[in-house]
Amino acid sequence: MNAIVISAIWGVVMMFSGIFSKNNAVIRGTALTGLALLIVVNILEMGGTHLFKVNVHGMLSFDSFSLLFNTIAFGSTFLYSLLSGRDMEKVGRSTPDYFALIFFILCGVSISSSFNTLLMLFLGIEIMSIPLYILTGTDKRNLKSNEASLKYFLMGSFSTGLMLMGITLIYGAKGSFNLNIISLGTGELTPMIGAGLLLLLFSMAFKVSAAPFHFWTPDVYDGAPTVFTSFMATIIKAAAFIAFLRLFDDGFGELHPHWQLVVAVITAATLIIGNITAVFQQSVKRMLAYSSIAQAGFMMFALVALNGVGKQGLIFYTAAYSIATIGVFAVLIKMKDYTFEGFNGLAKRQPVLAAAATVFLLSLAGIPATAGFMAKFYMLTAAVNDGHVMWLVIVGVLCAAISVYYYFRVIQAMYFKDGDAQEVQVSPVFKGLLVIIAAIVVLLGIFPQWLIDKLYYFL
Amino acid sequence: MNIEYYIVLSIALFCIGITGVLTRRNAIIIFMCIELMLNAVNLLLVAFSKMHHLKGVAANPTAGIDGQLFVFFIMVVAAAEVSVGLAIIVMMYRNVHSVDVNFLNRLKH
Repeated sequence: MNAIVISAIWGVVMMFSGIFSKNNAVIRGTALTGLALLIVVNILEMGGTHLFKVNVHGMLSFDSFSLLFNTIAFGSTFLYSLLSGRDMEKVGRSTPDYFALIFFILCGVSISSSFNTLLMLFLGIEIMSIPLYILTGTDKRNLKSNEASLKYFLMGSFSTGLMLMGITLIYGAKGSFNLNIISLGTGELTPMIGAGLLLLLFSMAFKVSAAPFHFWTPDVYDGAPTVFTSFMATIIKAAAFIAFLRLFDDGFGELHPHWQLVVAVITAATLIIGNITAVFQQSVKRMLAYSSIAQAGFMMFALVALNGVGKQGLIFYTAAYSIATIGVFAVLIKMKDYTFEGFNGLAKRQPVLAAAATVFLLSLAGIPATAGFMAKFYMLTAAVNDGHVMWLVIVGVLCAAISVYYYFRVIQAMYFKDGDAQEVQVSPVFKGLLVIIAAIVVLLGIFPQWLIDKLYYFL
Repeated sequence: MNIEYYIVLSIALFCIGITGVLTRRNAIIIFMCIELMLNAVNLLLVAFSKMHHLKGVAANPTAGIDGQLFVFFIMVVAAAEVSVGLAIIVMMYRNVHSVDVNFLNRLKH
């Protein structure tokens, strides 16, 4: 509850900060203070300190799973604002509004990570999506940005419509929106529950951009201003996944045998389409969009398996994926040319930037000693433990091998190709931050238990 | 009246909405079709709410009320979505002087 209230209040504070100060450094400082405050109050809540005594009537439930994810989401946003806060100012003039929207999105993130009724799921997802439609279209004069935001808006509201129909059918069958009541006695599948379940599955697959519902992703990620693509591809996607898992674990866990195969097929399709298409991209930004689809495929493993390993693996995956992707995008934003050729010879001119980007890309590819390796390891373990979906494990491993190709194309361009120098201006602080984030990625890869243990006991 | 009539009517409206979204090319009409989908959901929610109310009213006088509450939330969120959506459409119209989604193919390459 702490995080929900504070993030909503701080969103309003950010809106007013634009009136009181025209200085972007002050506004950025306010936003960073707010994010630090969010992390602190959320950690306090993990320790059992509730700042607000609100009776939520079982509509929200704050367990260690949701609170740990909130901490990860706020922490990633903090790193993201430190790295890319300055680049946000280049998109348009209304910097305070961008930060305000980000705080409202974080409010949605913390609702959708801790919902316990379908009403809160709907509200959480919508509070997350609506500010995002605006952020996508912030580059008002740019036609690509307009197009991306219109496309995202139409697809997003369409999938909301599907989700609402699914919720309604479930309500018709069970007489309640509460997940605890819905999960009672759903051993058998009536047509109404089946249809509702399928619609909910489709709409959530839309939100996390799983194939066959991924077609909007590359266009939207490509068209949105790169700073906001970074936010969309990491924190939003991770939060949607947490909501997805929570819905299908808490609400429809007993029906797992009925929907496991459908989800497994969606997972396999996502992995194959995401990875194969990413190979043929010419622009690194578009490649990262397809790579985010491919990574979504790996996160879907937690849903297919639906066991303890998968659940804690998903938490770890969101952390590993968010941090590494934010790092890669932070480097990408500094480039003027987004093609692979634009990265030629970067290692000679900016050795620190290239080295950090290499660590992030290795983590995304899942090379041992990085966080990405352990994340993929947990996901595959979960599927192996489940035992019914061995074919999916094989598809997953093959696709991880394909992904190495397109991630290494960037590394190869940076280190082994000569290119005419693309002027890249970065401050020493930015370099230092990149090194710290790369260190976090490596440390998480070596000591994954450090994060996962927080699920079971705190401090 | 039987609940089946409401279900059939709502599903029909919902399917008209989906067909519109998938086949029409005008952004405003697509948008109207999405609203139609949401209103089909509202209708069905109210019908289910009444059904659950009649079923459980003896034990609990407020049984099934949550369905109607949900409808209010859908209306509020739909209104918020309309304001953002129309703003986006207006922004696009200023740049390309058209609301035809066939214009939206610059990202394909």
